[in-house]
Amino acid sequence: MIPAEFEYQAPKTLDEALRALGRHGDEAKILAGGHSLLPMMKLRLASPRYVVDIGRIRGMDYIREERDKIAIGALVTHAQVTTSELLRAKCPLLPETASEIGDMQVRNRGTIGGSIAHADPAADYPASILALDAEMVVQSSSGKRTIPAADFFVDLLTTQIRPGEILTEVRVPVKRAGEGTAYKKFHQPASGFAIVGAAARVIASKAGQIEDVALGMTGVGSKAYRATAVEKSLRGKTASESLIAEACGKAAQGIDPLADIFASAEYRREMASVFARRAIISALEKAMGRASSPSKGAAPGKTK
Amino acid sequence: MSPHEDKPRPDGTEKPDEKREKNAQEKKLRDLSRRSFIKGAGIASVAASAGALLADRVLEAAPRPQSGGMAGGVVGPGEVPITLKINGQIRKLNLEPRVMLLDALRNHLDLTGAKKVCDRATCGACTVHLDGRAVYSCTTLAIDAQGHDITTIEGLEPKEGLHPMSQAFWNNDAQQCGFCTPGFVMACTAYVEHEPNPTYEGLQKSLGGNLCRCGTYMGIREAVLEAAKTMKTKGGRA
Repeated sequence: MIPAEFEYQAPKTLDEALRALGRHGDEAKILAGGHSLLPMMKLRLASPRYVVDIGRIRGMDYIREERDKIAIGALVTHAQVTTSELLRAKCPLLPETASEIGDMQVRNRGTIGGSIAHADPAADYPASILALDAEMVVQSSSGKRTIPAADFFVDLLTTQIRPGEILTEVRVPVKRAGEGTAYKKFHQPASGFAIVGAAARVIASKAGQIEDVALGMTGVGSKAYRATAVEKSLRGKTASESLIAEACGKAAQGIDPLADIFASAEYRREMASVFARRAIISALEKAMGRASSPSKGAAPGKTK
Repeated sequence: MSPHEDKPRPDGTEKPDEKREKNAQEKKLRDLSRRSFIKGAGIASVAASAGALLADRVLEAAPRPQSGGMAGGVVGPGEVPITLKINGQIRKLNLEPRVMLLDALRNHLDLTGAKKVCDRATCGACTVHLDGRAVYSCTTLAIDAQGHDITTIEGLEPKEGLHPMSQAFWNNDAQQCGFCTPGFVMACTAYVEHEPNPTYEGLQKSLGGNLCRCGTYMGIREAVLEAAKTMKTKGGRA
């Protein structure tokens, strides 16, 4: 499969990239790691006239702590997120999620900014981004703005990012005391995409009193979403297996699930509640300080 | 990147002009056979992952650009000079920006060790190393691979004998038809270089980027464990 013809530009600075995007408008697509865009271009689902490759811009692959947030540059690869000591200590949900993305080769090239901006309905990060109440920083030639996760995902492959804007940074909150997180995923066996992915963030007392809970779901509908019905049923309650099971039955409430050759809509709905339950239980156990096993996000190796 | 000097071509390839003409002729032939192939294959093989979900919502195609060359560092859509560092050698090519690294290797440099199988970043048969890390060459633009150290299976093997990983595949009967093997050897080697103490269980998850339809995974995992020990004592690359 060969993509349609395009003109190519690899700016060295963000300003240069923004100028190029300003010139080409919505005829341009941004290329970072290429693992979302290039497969779509090969299938001719996308045929941009201009490709602006931002992969050569320096200084966009940082992970650093800024007050109570961790700022992640858009060009940070999934492999870098998986192995970041800072993230594993202070925002373990993100490395756990990144370690479940695709496979080694995809994690070596794919970037957090690319994945989030692309907004594939079966991508992993969006579930965690929503559960974490992360913020996306986008820049254009006219300035910078910050979009909260709750507003960011609009529809299938559609975000709040406008033509001419580049997602430059993702900001996630530092883990609070009494907080546990988990990402549980049902993999498509060949592609590694999420048939269902559930990202849970639970703040609970040692006795299992749930103070707050956030549950992000991906793979189920046309965009990632917060399972607010589940959250409502759990917030302020004392956790029990039956309570969690009942609450998670609502994981796809109000959602029109996708269907494909691998998973029907009914099956996706059922799996949504199963994986929501697993994620909530795992996050709760960590919050209560009795996590049975070390983070499954254990990295396969050092980045560099 | 190194300057564009006109070095002798050690592989005896033609000059860009001759090559372009030859390419055009070859392309005609290719187009013909490709068309009849697609006719036979139908569309069932086209969609994967998100593609399957999106097929009915095709993003609108932009009108085709007229020709290459524009101010501000814009190149293409025609051929542009590209310099790649492959297996330690500088190779110069004229390629359209849309050419993938895998096609550059196989169709323009006669490095056919990396295989084209799924062509959509799933099966791993096209795996090469980019600065020592395993990547899918089918989903990396050749123009984007400039400035990186590219290693293919041809460059992994020493002049004499086999790389410890290849030897371990041999020892553990880790291949059957062998078509996926170069990709597996590249993925496994990069993996062991970053994780010198692999576990059997860890391998099950970490080598998920490569598929073997013959089902030789058991042998491959044993081979990686054996090669990890050899590579530790003898050192990685030959």
